[in-house]
Parts: sequence; structure tokens; C-alpha cells
Amino acid sequence: MPLRTARTAPYLFLAPFVLSFLIFGAYPIVRSVMLSFYITSGPEAQHFVGLDNYLHLLQDPDFWTAVRNTATFALGSVLLQLPLSLGLALLLNRADIRGRNVFRFIFFSPNLMGLVFSALLFMLILAPRFGLLNAALHALFGLPSTTRWLSTPGLVMPALIMVALWLYTGFNMVYFLAALQAVDGELYEAATIDGAGRWAQFRHVTLPGIRPVLIFVVVLSTIGSFQLFELAFLLLGNSSGPDQAGLTIVMYLYQNGFLGGDLGYAAAIGWTLALMVLLLALVQLRITGTGKEAR
Amino acid sequence: MRRMVVYTLLVLFALLCLVPIAWLAASAFKANADFHVYPVLPPVDRLTLANFTSLFTQMPFLRFMMNSFFVAGATVILQLFFSSLGGFALAKYDFAGKKTVMGVMLATMMIPGPVLLAPMYELIYHMGLIDSHLGLIVPGMVNVFGMFLFRQSMLSVPDEMLQAARIDGCNEFQIFWHVVMPVSRPIVGAFCLIAFMGTWNSFLWPQIILQSSDRFTLPIGLNQMIGVYEADYGAMMAGTLLAVLPVVALFFLLQKEFIAGLTKGAVKG
Repeated sequence: MPLRTARTAPYLFLAPFVLSFLIFGAYPIVRSVMLSFYITSGPEAQHFVGLDNYLHLLQDPDFWTAVRNTATFALGSVLLQLPLSLGLALLLNRADIRGRNVFRFIFFSPNLMGLVFSALLFMLILAPRFGLLNAALHALFGLPSTTRWLSTPGLVMPALIMVALWLYTGFNMVYFLAALQAVDGELYEAATIDGAGRWAQFRHVTLPGIRPVLIFVVVLSTIGSFQLFELAFLLLGNSSGPDQAGLTIVMYLYQNGFLGGDLGYAAAIGWTLALMVLLLALVQLRITGTGKEAR
Repeated sequence: MRRMVVYTLLVLFALLCLVPIAWLAASAFKANADFHVYPVLPPVDRLTLANFTSLFTQMPFLRFMMNSFFVAGATVILQLFFSSLGGFALAKYDFAGKKTVMGVMLATMMIPGPVLLAPMYELIYHMGLIDSHLGLIVPGMVNVFGMFLFRQSMLSVPDEMLQAARIDGCNEFQIFWHVVMPVSRPIVGAFCLIAFMGTWNSFLWPQIILQSSDRFTLPIGLNQMIGVYEADYGAMMAGTLLAVLPVVALFFLLQKEFIAGLTKGAVKG
């Protein structure tokens, strides 16, 4: 009898997952592919158009604006966040630093605010006349305190990148710290005996040691950046900023599907986004040579 | 000398992290008229509690907060139960189809969430759950990332413990509940925090399906307040401050487990 239950038990235990996956995973995936071949207005009226949504998307200037903005954001965030978070992790990983845990907590603390509430806070920090940023820039460098960060086209993306930097640097640092602590200390001793300097040690011991985590963080940050929505939406509103300077891919999806009611076009935008994210991840893995090792 | 440079860099970045949060705390006690006069900090005697009182007396802030607690609480409890149960099955049993399940889980995590927004909206619409809290809770009942987390941690529970419990007459569910779950307490803590933060902060999906303001969760409600009570900056900041407090409290309660859980998959994987 116990043997029998042990045989059926795992299936029963997994039943909620399987059921929920079928309803809220598999079905929407299939349905989303289908939807992308339709023009819809709301969940009721639908009209089959084949590949038209995708063809239209390729010629849709607004979509390309969104792609450009999103790519700028992703590139800016990854290029600034990763070196900074790795640098901080290296500093905090030194044994002779006092208050390591305090620093670690402080660097992580913006993350406790969460994306949405950070955006609400930065809405006021970035405000032109009474915002903290302008006040600080004025006090430190004598810059005018009237900079309109969120209504000057060229400043919108830098502002978003800055908020993301504030929010996620400490989060990535936690990953890097964990990776650094897992690097075998004896390797450093051996390198020192061989006469390797700090830079040589970093290149030949540290970097190879943390490579899997480094790649993990790069790929994850890129994927996450490509799904930027909340920051842009909360800081800029439905209109996506001056000259659509803050229009991101997911925001464009939202505008078409949920303000415009065309779920079909939204689905096509979604799959195009998925394809871009997949390609980017593959390229990044290829460049770093991750696939080869596994084989 | 070198140590001085290191500390300077660390302190500088620490300030960059803390100053916006300190400004939030200060602004929550700032009168609206003072925002223009004192961009940084007003004199202490000008600080006021008026922002908090108006949140609760003139705005439906309490309603938003209760909605958020209900949705996040229900989601976390359901996710905790279903994800740990599924993770247990994957960690401790051999059965036909296990590889398929793991493959499907991995594939699910690869698909960006926004891809499913349109069909999910349609589905929730046909289920009649638009503008309801159930529409927020039900689609997120199982957390695939959580299932991986539980599987990873439960792999290290010795099989002898399970065998001993079986001999003592436990059925398989009792083994899960009375033997494996108690020793998995750290990962339960980590998971609860991660799941709570995720739900508490969720914006896009609630923004899509919630319509009536008395069902709004905090992120939606606070954002809406900007439009309705224009220029009430103080109340905005007071509301934001109160909205992040539960996460902070939970973090202090569970921080050890959280850091361990966060890095477990990354470092070993």
C-alpha cells in the first residue's frame, strides 16, 4: 500500500502546477500566437489578417522608436550597472574592510523600495523646481535648478537609466559578492607565489572564477531591461514623454492592446519582443562561449 | 592611503543609495507649501503629520493598503503551498514525465511576461474576473521560480529521513508537511519575502485588469492619486513611505534567508 501511494504521490503533488500551467501558461502561449494573426477591438470582435500585424509592425515608425529607446535603456543600464556593481563587490570582498555588512545592506536598500515605489519617489526627485536632483546639482556645481528631466527629449532616457542604476546596482552586487566568495582562495595564493600582480590576479583568477555568474547577470539584466515598462509609464504617463522619448516596447504593447483595444497587434508586439530577447540572449551566450562548455 | 580611497568610494556610494530614501522620509513630513521653499529639508519645527492624516481621512489610502495586503497575502500563501509541494515532488521522487515537467518549467521562465498579457486579459475577461482581486490572485497561484528554489533546497534533505517517516506510518503528504517542510524553513522564509515583494510591487497586470478605485492595490492607487489630488506631493511621499514599510519589515525579519535564497541558484548553477 505505501508503495502504491508513493507512485501516485508525485503526480498529485504536481497537479496544481500542471493544471495552472495548462490554463495560464500553455493556453495563453498558443492563444497568443493565434491572436497575433488577428486584428481585434477588445476581447470580442476579431478579424483574421494572417501575417499583416507583423508586416505592419516592421513598417511602424512608432515601434522602431520604441525599439531604439528600449535598446538605449538596456545598453546604458547594463554598461553602467555591471562594472559598478562588480567594482563595489570587489571592494566589499576585501577582508580588511570594516562594516562590510552595513555597506552591503545600504547598497541593497534601494531594492527594498521596489520598482513602482521608486518610480513614485523619483517623480518628485526629478521634478524641475523643488526636486532633489536639481537642488543637489545646483548646490554642488551651480547648475540651474530648472532642468526638466522628464520633459526634455534628450534627458528622458538618461533619467530612466539613472533610476535603474540607483535601484539595481546593489542587487547585482549581491550576486557578484556571492560569486567572489565562492572563488577558491588557494588560487590567489598560487598566483601571488607566481608573482602575479593585482590586475593579473583579477584577469586570470577572479574573472574566470565568477564567469558563470557574470554571464547570468548580463543575460538577466538585458532581458529585464528589454521589458522596461513601470519606470517609463509611471514617470511619463500614457503619453510616453515628449516626442515619445520614453516609449518602450512593452509600453507600446500596452498602448495598442489596452488603451487601443487591439489585442492582436499587442500579441504580435509581444512575440517580436520575445524573439529579440531570445536572439540577444543567444548572441550573448555565443560571445561568452557558454554553450560550448556544456557540450 | 589605499584604504582611505576604498572607504571614500564606499561611503560615497552609500550616500547615493541613502539620500533619496532619506529625502522620501523627510518629504513625507513636509507641508506642500514647503516643497518649493525647502527643496532638501525644512527646519524641524515645520515638519508636520498632516500628510498622513489626509491620506487616511481624505483619500482611500487605507482601502488600497487592505487590498494590497489581501492580494499579496493570498498569493504568497497559495504560491508557497503549491510551489513547495511541486518542488518536493521533483526533488524526492522518480517518476515518468519528470524530465518533461522540468523542461516545461525552464521553457516557461524563458518567455517574457508581456507576451502573455493579451491572451491572459482575454482569458480573465471570459472567466468574468476583470476588475476583481481573484483575477490578480488566480493566474499567479504557482510560482515556477519558487518550485525550482524548493527543489534545489529539498534535494539536500536525506532520503533516510523520508524512509524513517514512512516506517513510522506517515503517508507521503505527511512526510512533506511534517518532515520536509520543517527542515526547509530557511528557504520558506526566502521564498515568502521574494514572493511578497513581487506581488506587493506588481503594477502592469493590476493596472490592466482593475477598474474600480475601491479595488485598487497600493501601486495603482498611489499612481492614480497623483492625477486626482494634483500637487499633493506631501501625501504622495507619505503614502509611498507607508507602502514600502511592510517590505522593509519583512526584510529585516528574513534577511539572512533572503540573501542565501537569492544567490543559491546563481552560484551553484
